[in-house]
Amino acid sequence: MPDKPKVAFYWCASCGGCEESVVDLAESILDVVAAVDIVMWPVAMDFKKKDVEAMADGSILVSLVNGAVRTSEQEEMAKLMRKKSKLIIAYGSCAHTGGIPGLANQFGREELLRYIYEESPSTVNPQKTRPELKVIANGSTVTLPNFFNIVRALDQVIDVDYYLPGCPPTPKLLKQALEVLLSGKLPEKGAVLAPDIALCDECPKKDTKPSDLKFTEFKRPHWMQIDPKVCLLAQGILCMGPATRGGCEGVCISGNMPCTGCFGPPSRIKDQGAKILSALASQVEAKDEKGIDETLATIPDPVGTFYRYGLPVSLLRRKNFNSTG
Amino acid sequence: MHGNGYNGTVRIGFYICHCGHNIASIVDVKAVAEYIKSLSGVVVSSEYKYMCSDPGQELIQKDIKEHSLNRIIVASCSPLLHEHTFRTAVEKGGLNPYYFQMVNIRENVSWVHTDMKAATEKAKDLARAAVQRVFHHKSLETKHVKIHPDVLIVGGGIAGIHAALTLANAGKKVYLVERDPTIGGHMAMFDKTFPTLDCAACILTPKMSQVKNHPNITLWTYSEVAKVDGYVGNYKISVRRKPRYIIEGLCVGCMDCIEKCVYKEGKTPDEFNLGLSKRKPIYIPFPQATPQIVVIDPETCIEFKSGRCKKTCVEACDRKAIDFQQKEEIKEIEVGTIILTTGYQPFDASRVPFYGYGKYPNVYTSLEVERLVNASGPTGGELILRDGRHPKTVGIIHCVGSRDKNTNRWCSRTCCMYSLKLAHLLKEHTDAEVYNFYIDIRAAGKSYEEFYDKLLDENVHFIRGRVAEVSDWAVRPSEEGKLIIRAEDTLIGIVRRVPVDMVVLAVGMEPQADSQDVRRMFNISCSTEGFFLERHPKLAPVDTFTDGIFIAGCCQGPKDIPDSVAQAGAAAAQALILIDSGEIELEPNTAYVVQEECSGCRTCLTICPFTAISRDEAKQKAFINEALCKGCGTCVAACPSGAIKQNLFEDEMIFSEIDGLLKMESPACC
Repeated sequence: MPDKPKVAFYWCASCGGCEESVVDLAESILDVVAAVDIVMWPVAMDFKKKDVEAMADGSILVSLVNGAVRTSEQEEMAKLMRKKSKLIIAYGSCAHTGGIPGLANQFGREELLRYIYEESPSTVNPQKTRPELKVIANGSTVTLPNFFNIVRALDQVIDVDYYLPGCPPTPKLLKQALEVLLSGKLPEKGAVLAPDIALCDECPKKDTKPSDLKFTEFKRPHWMQIDPKVCLLAQGILCMGPATRGGCEGVCISGNMPCTGCFGPPSRIKDQGAKILSALASQVEAKDEKGIDETLATIPDPVGTFYRYGLPVSLLRRKNFNSTG
Repeated sequence: MHGNGYNGTVRIGFYICHCGHNIASIVDVKAVAEYIKSLSGVVVSSEYKYMCSDPGQELIQKDIKEHSLNRIIVASCSPLLHEHTFRTAVEKGGLNPYYFQMVNIRENVSWVHTDMKAATEKAKDLARAAVQRVFHHKSLETKHVKIHPDVLIVGGGIAGIHAALTLANAGKKVYLVERDPTIGGHMAMFDKTFPTLDCAACILTPKMSQVKNHPNITLWTYSEVAKVDGYVGNYKISVRRKPRYIIEGLCVGCMDCIEKCVYKEGKTPDEFNLGLSKRKPIYIPFPQATPQIVVIDPETCIEFKSGRCKKTCVEACDRKAIDFQQKEEIKEIEVGTIILTTGYQPFDASRVPFYGYGKYPNVYTSLEVERLVNASGPTGGELILRDGRHPKTVGIIHCVGSRDKNTNRWCSRTCCMYSLKLAHLLKEHTDAEVYNFYIDIRAAGKSYEEFYDKLLDENVHFIRGRVAEVSDWAVRPSEEGKLIIRAEDTLIGIVRRVPVDMVVLAVGMEPQADSQDVRRMFNISCSTEGFFLERHPKLAPVDTFTDGIFIAGCCQGPKDIPDSVAQAGAAAAQALILIDSGEIELEPNTAYVVQEECSGCRTCLTICPFTAISRDEAKQKAFINEALCKGCGTCVAACPSGAIKQNLFEDEMIFSEIDGLLKMESPACC
């Protein structure tokens, strides 16, 4: 069936959850398979890099690439997929904004390798052996890809046409996106294929959010019995919803867990963490410096809280971006 | 070179001003103009000696027409000084004034740098930032708001009284709100005034009764402003009228009720006489109190405490003016302008324990002495000390709580002169020897130095030195039973011990204890010491940073009566400007909510300092009232989803400006 549009899936630094989300299409996946010709999908099908290399440039209609870019191999594959595809979709938080792997940007490569191979409590490595890019053993050469100094979102490596946000994206958004792409009515380049309004808009607990939250401390969800009917922020639980793009239909919130920000910010916002901080900080009850410090000290991991999925695209630690090698 | 061209519609005119030598002596203006000419979008780039002059402005207008310019940038002085000038020039040239951008290369560059090369580079950077910014400028509309002609004046001291009468005489309606039961303020407590020695009451009380009787003045004493809403021209004020338990319309001030109170003698320290006498639970602060209406103090009245008083006061009042059921009342008024004349509080002398105030009965504050020498004071003007003696020697200690890094650093400006006045009065009343202990005599006012000369002729002693301590520790027989003032006489270089019968502490002036609360309520600023901050110390001394709110008298800083009256007149004139112009132009730098982007999260609602944001419950979106918005940007920063934008400060403008500064090309313009 040569006329079916070609679709590819690829993964970079990711956990595999995005792959799961494709399977989560359930029976709809059959419609997808019927409508397209999948030419690359490492998790499910046995295509090789050379198969893709053999294809004509631009012959794949759309490649959905998930995961952040941490290694030279991922960079190489991302560039290959770009070359062979008409459209690239950054699929999921890691490709979109760097995701959980992006939190490693708090540290440099040397710091990370030293910890993993020498200092971590579970490591026994008296020779301080580190992985080498090239090892010759028994006459054969083994190579490993380069481990970059930083983690990058996909569009910091290749040109990206669209983004499907989420950790992982919901099947509903994936289905909508595929339908739109196959219909040929393409959205504006660079679009994030989800509503451009914050999650509060569709939050089931929206009506119970007070206008002044008057934070005295930030509570962690496991400390307490959460009232399922009331806005989590009103209960003192840090919810990223006000600064996070909607479209997930509040799946976490319906499960009584706060939004952690995986859809990234709405398009207007440059830095999701800074934005939620300025919103929450203006609603801290204490007005004196000591009281404010005490309230903010109840957030145990500020970077992991406010930049959980977006450190590589945030304004923080941009200086590291000077060297990707 | 900059960029690969632009979208073809933006045509920038750039002008750099020499400001005489102010800018041109440090910044190579020609080099800046040449550099800016090379940037994309720039059609005209020139330099001129004085851009703010008529020829400078005409140059802009001519170029707009000849070169079809649609963006204008002037690099010169501060926007505060000339932004309005240039916007007007741009508008006259046929362009919307908000296509104009100003670059301050005087205060930010030439006045603060000495290295010409570096200063020139900085000027180029700032100018380039403006070039990248103006690409995003939009045409904006100036809004006008009407000015409600009524005025609120808060504080009925001499400043408030003078401002109220000035406005009322000009035909404007005035609400004068005073928290005490009478107007008059501190001036009503003074005996005589320096340097003319006319009696304070004689010159003040006629003005007080004019206020009471003026058809254009609504006088609310025993009242406080509870809430302030709105904006210039349209303030909504709630005034809390505390219950006096007297029906104001019925009381004629005959004081029969006071006479007949079950208390034969007063038992409560009299506030007006600073506790030097006692008053009854039903009282009038002083004989010429205005309005002439008594007050019942529920804290000490038996009827309020036990409910079992014989209520002889009610029997005595044939006008049935006493009403124990009276409740607090909230009055809602609308005014267009506000004048704050909330005055000062005297420095608390017990904060300087080594001067013995509160410890030795014969140590007095200056204000207490004003009452003591006053004919209607607690002793009828006879100077009797707390121990019953008449003083034969008096020491006046200057600068108590002034010019002192342990208390207040500022000079209270009036103490030297009132100390001289009190020295004169004390000598006149008692013929005592009077010693003034001073740091410097500050007699800078019309006829003030002459008054000092007069005092020198009256044989008042002046000892130059800050007093170390006042004690009753006698070391010689002549000091027995006296207060001993120890001070270094810096003119002869010895430490002196001066035994006196009476010590007068010339206490300084401080901001009112609640000045911070008042400041917040009216949304104005305070200077570091806590006095209300004027918009400009020289050129806008009675304006504040909040439009339509003016300040006068000692709430702005220590001053004497003539200066307070002068400021009050100035504040009244400023209010009149607004009232008579009928409307005011509002800068269109307001914030707005992009409705389709608002998630309705309510973050912005409570943080607006001007209560300009409300929530449309049907649409579940926030909404900003443009007339209330002052463009402070707080909501713009706080909106977690970037749905609030601000005219003249949109993200693209600011980011482009930053990119320009950092020599990064902004995607939108290149």
